[in-house]
Amino acid sequence: MTDTITSPVVPASAGRRVRFPTSMLGLVPFAAYVLLFLGLPTVIALVTGFLDGDGAFTLSNLAALGNPVVLNTFGNSLWLSALTAVIGALLGAVFCYALIGANPTGALRSVVDAASGVLAQFGGVMLAFAFVATIGIQGMITVFLRDSLGIDIFANGVWLYDTPGLILPYIYFQVPLMIITFSPALESLKPQWAEANAMLGGSTLSYWRHVGVPVLLPSFFGCLLLLFANAFSSFATAAALTSQGSEIVPLQIRGALTSETVLGQENLAGSLALGMIVVMIVVMSIYSVLMRRAARWQR
Amino acid sequence: MSRLLHDVHPGPSRRTRWIIVGVIGLLFLVPIAAMIEFTLRRGLDGGYDFSRWIAVFGGGLGTEYKPIFTGLGNSLLLAVVTVVVMLALLVPTMVLVRIRFPQLQRVLEFVCLIPITIPAIVLVVGLAPVYSVIARMFGSGVWTLAFAYGVIVLPYAFRSIQTNLVAVDVVTLSEAARSLGAGWLTILFRVVVPNIRRGLLAASFISVAVVLGEYTIAALLNRVNLQTALVVVSKADPFVAVIFALLALVFAFILLIAIGRIGGTPSSTGRRRRRNRRALPSPSQKAAA
Repeated sequence: MTDTITSPVVPASAGRRVRFPTSMLGLVPFAAYVLLFLGLPTVIALVTGFLDGDGAFTLSNLAALGNPVVLNTFGNSLWLSALTAVIGALLGAVFCYALIGANPTGALRSVVDAASGVLAQFGGVMLAFAFVATIGIQGMITVFLRDSLGIDIFANGVWLYDTPGLILPYIYFQVPLMIITFSPALESLKPQWAEANAMLGGSTLSYWRHVGVPVLLPSFFGCLLLLFANAFSSFATAAALTSQGSEIVPLQIRGALTSETVLGQENLAGSLALGMIVVMIVVMSIYSVLMRRAARWQR
Repeated sequence: MSRLLHDVHPGPSRRTRWIIVGVIGLLFLVPIAAMIEFTLRRGLDGGYDFSRWIAVFGGGLGTEYKPIFTGLGNSLLLAVVTVVVMLALLVPTMVLVRIRFPQLQRVLEFVCLIPITIPAIVLVVGLAPVYSVIARMFGSGVWTLAFAYGVIVLPYAFRSIQTNLVAVDVVTLSEAARSLGAGWLTILFRVVVPNIRRGLLAASFISVAVVLGEYTIAALLNRVNLQTALVVVSKADPFVAVIFALLALVFAFILLIAIGRIGGTPSSTGRRRRRNRRALPSPSQKAAA
């Protein structure tokens, strides 16, 4: 890399053409790093899905994807992600609407930005603690409802540590993510459009019906997909909340990775990972199509 | 702007805004309030006190809490190494691509955003064999996790730096520097880096926040970091674990407020910092744009 950086001074005009292939060497460290720690692990994860315990090629792991237990986990993961993505996207969009016209450098915006960043990034373990403290068996809200209003939220059994228990914590990190990803789209609404609408005699309602909503719709669905992907790949919250069982795919992958009782289980992890990647590829392809449509208005 | 256009502006009225922000904000504060309430509980006989917080800050924690401090130390070490790995590998590449290989811009962007789409748990499946090789080469020290963390912070770091890099006309700046006889090292460190300092700081901060919150990779590769230690300790003493989770939360919040300040308008603190540094009397951002 050093000989690239200290290579002889080139005339300014050469800047845009590849005349000195030596400067290509400057890209090597990063490329090697990405190949080693992103490309290689991804390929290994996918390939182990096709190998048996002895390293021979097999499709039997893929057959495991058709196993009712596995199908059930994928089903759980899918509905949990879809439900929390829709609720998170709606709540987040309403919140973004409330921020329209707020001073972009004001206190409200900086607190909201920082809080969304923390809550979207920092979920996981802390989130599990927070919800045990809130709606756990001795949680603040549980105790309040039970002692003051006589409502026992766990009357039909403790659901906090099963899939339904993940809904509220997931929404808790979905809404901030929606705020982060959707608010740039709202900023792309140009005041001129509102002026044009007003000049043509339109009301606020007609503005939203004919301008605002159509422009924002692709972004909204794009963000919705991102939220879905986010929930689908989330692991830490569920892992910290439920120490046993594997109701969702990431937990099942952990089960397959750490299990030492059944031989060849780590290859099942590979095929589960393959299944997840397939879902992610589908979601992200639709996402990129939607974002390309949304980009038209964001110049 | 919105003041003048108040009649035609599509935004909510002041009252609507504060109702929405208030209701959703309060709902989001409930779990945090519950955590605080939880740490103040006095045990079976009821009532509240600060004894646990005093124990945490007064150094009155026994050896059973050692994992938390080990984990915290490991996470801080990881944060530093990750930032170094990220800056050392990503920044020269981004600058080089911007100046010399604009045609690779989209490829670089695509590569940097991939980690968002690959769940950490999937990455772990493939990282496990890679790390068994790394353990043979570098030992199984916790810092080696920084290689994996460098990948997961890539999308966030890339975006922070890219925003700044686009706003500053580095191509013209570097051509000007070259025509004055500067070499690549000089261009990188004395022209480009000072101009994208904001982006670099924001990228570093967000990386620290991501590393401090990371659980999946550390847990499955059997390394101890802050989050895995919190889970272990929470099984014996949930109260202290929650106190540390709250502290980490507040720390990350302050970190991101700082990013917002850095990313926003040039503040007085930014200017003060600029005066104190040696290598910074370069063209200001405004002149460059």
